[in-house]
Amino acid sequence: MGLQAMTYLVVGLTFAIYIGIAIWARAGSTKDFYVAGGGVHPILNGMATGADWMSAASFISMAGLIANMGYGGGLFLMGWTGGYVLMACLLAPYLRKFGKFTVPSFVADRFYSNTAASVAVICLLTASITYIIGQMTGVGVAFSRFLGVSSEMGIYIGMAIVFMYAVFGGMKGITYTQVAQYIVLILAYTIPAIFISLQLTGNPLPQLGLGSNLSGADISLLARLDQVVTDLGFGKYTTSVPGSTLNMFVYTVSLMIGTAGLPHVIVRFFTVPSVAAARSSAGWALVFIAILYTTAPAVAAMAKLNLHATVNKAVMANGDMFAAENSLLYEERPDWMKRWEVTGLLKFTDKNNDGRIQYYNEKTTNTAVADKAAAAGWAGNELDVNADIIVLANPEIALLPNWVIALVAAGGLAAALSTAAGLLMAISAAVSHDLMKKIWFPSMTEKNELLAGKISMAVAIVISGWLGLNPPGFAAGTVALAFGIAASSLFPCLMLGIFNKKMNKEGAMAGMLAGLFVTLFYVFAHKGIFFIKGTEFLGLIGGANSFFGITPEAFGSIGALVNFGVAYAVSKFTPECPDHIQHMVEDVRTPRGSKLIGGAH
Amino acid sequence: MDKSGQAYWYAVLKLVGMVLGVWFLAGYVFGIILAPALNNIHLGGYPLGFWFAHQGSIYIFVALIFIYAKLQGKLDEKFDVHEK
Repeated sequence: MGLQAMTYLVVGLTFAIYIGIAIWARAGSTKDFYVAGGGVHPILNGMATGADWMSAASFISMAGLIANMGYGGGLFLMGWTGGYVLMACLLAPYLRKFGKFTVPSFVADRFYSNTAASVAVICLLTASITYIIGQMTGVGVAFSRFLGVSSEMGIYIGMAIVFMYAVFGGMKGITYTQVAQYIVLILAYTIPAIFISLQLTGNPLPQLGLGSNLSGADISLLARLDQVVTDLGFGKYTTSVPGSTLNMFVYTVSLMIGTAGLPHVIVRFFTVPSVAAARSSAGWALVFIAILYTTAPAVAAMAKLNLHATVNKAVMANGDMFAAENSLLYEERPDWMKRWEVTGLLKFTDKNNDGRIQYYNEKTTNTAVADKAAAAGWAGNELDVNADIIVLANPEIALLPNWVIALVAAGGLAAALSTAAGLLMAISAAVSHDLMKKIWFPSMTEKNELLAGKISMAVAIVISGWLGLNPPGFAAGTVALAFGIAASSLFPCLMLGIFNKKMNKEGAMAGMLAGLFVTLFYVFAHKGIFFIKGTEFLGLIGGANSFFGITPEAFGSIGALVNFGVAYAVSKFTPECPDHIQHMVEDVRTPRGSKLIGGAH
Repeated sequence: MDKSGQAYWYAVLKLVGMVLGVWFLAGYVFGIILAPALNNIHLGGYPLGFWFAHQGSIYIFVALIFIYAKLQGKLDEKFDVHEK
């Protein structure tokens, strides 16, 4: 069977499964709709959380980023996993005991204020909508690359599928489809990695292969990779750090507390039956996430070595990489390079007109390398490789069978669709439950609330689809923004609500707004006010990364510190938190008496 | 808050403090601050500091959550505040 037919078959089959589950798991009550009935087993909930969490970015882009960054790429690996430890011991069990559907409901009751809840809703909507744009474009990209339909068509198909299982199934439909999507995406990620690890090191486990010797050689894979990249003028793979060590530290903190503060992840812990289950479910979620996250660095390093080995014969033979005959003749390039050249993600420009591909760091500060390259007649780097290729073309680079390539396509779609559905759920719950039911129309019946939830989800799908079709200029900066908002506003607010029972509404609101403001101010200074080009105001803050060399992506943790500080200071000068709220916090702190999460108040 | 409630909460804070101590040690101390020094030690083909940043810290995080869940469960029973 041809590659195209095989891809249609595999993707079609997975879609049929998702729709089948959606029909089986229709939501009949608000409780089904918001929290899947509140009785999902911790292991299944962990899988669903894994699929919810691992987006198109984790699946497609992360390994490529790590391949480019080397050791420093570890900040994504640690940052996007370490947040679950914070979730498990600081937030999840307490929010579960509190026993309401959404994050803003907690803020509303704990800070006895609808204004505070509205601030939380705004933070939640901004974080979720910016995040979802990336998922929708990811769906479009995956469709157009693998199924040969246009990117727009891909987004329409994606919207229709999500509509079916999210609108009718609610959290229940989403949770059970996410379990299926997790299985698809993890197989798609690990199977190519196992093949490649076997080919390179003889060890089938990529996590061990990365630390093994190369097959038939007396040198470890990482040591050879270090040699190759430094000889070609790149930074040493196992030690290179982006910016400074301080920036890497602060960036990792931002990603961790941002992870713990993202509402679509937090709501996952409302779907389990008890407080104890919320704790262990966080552990299971991290197990399923770790399977991908510990494979990713192996994929990154192995693909990088494979890529260099493809264009330079001396890499595996340990010969002279600057000898003319070792560079790959463009005419003899493998088929997968031809296929990816069509997409524009791989580009060759023959700068020295020798018909061979030279791939190295032309901007190297290592004069020995620059001299060797000049002596060999190299006139600059001739191969541009988009980071996304590392995962998508990986099975082709390793010459794996067609069904593996088809599986990667289905995996990329599963990753993007599952995250989009989780985000849509958080958005619709915030609108129908927190705004409409609790603030605007408190007399609404459950049936009407369910209908409102479905309508607001449908509207959210249309809006996010439209944004995916017409991505605003700031799409690239959106993930940084989502994490910055979650880290600087929601996480500190929730933590203070649980761990500081005297924290009052004035403090919480001032803290959220201050944290949000500082973070947005720093991000906008670098990227423009609301990401509009030309409105950057770097002069005002004294140049790029002027705050101790910290990049805007990493600034969420500084925003969080500001939030904590302001909240504490303001709470000292304003009326104390009422007694009954302090008692409620004490009650939230003990597991005894937890109930299944219900709709009534 | 009554006496036993207060004692329970202090015990919880102590446990969470210890969990976060290990969390900080694995990710930030071994994975970032001491990574250059640890790279002189090798674990198979891995330089140790690199291993902590790309593999080890993640394994430790996973184990840490299950250990926390277990110890916290015991604490709940000891103070008789567990779910029935």
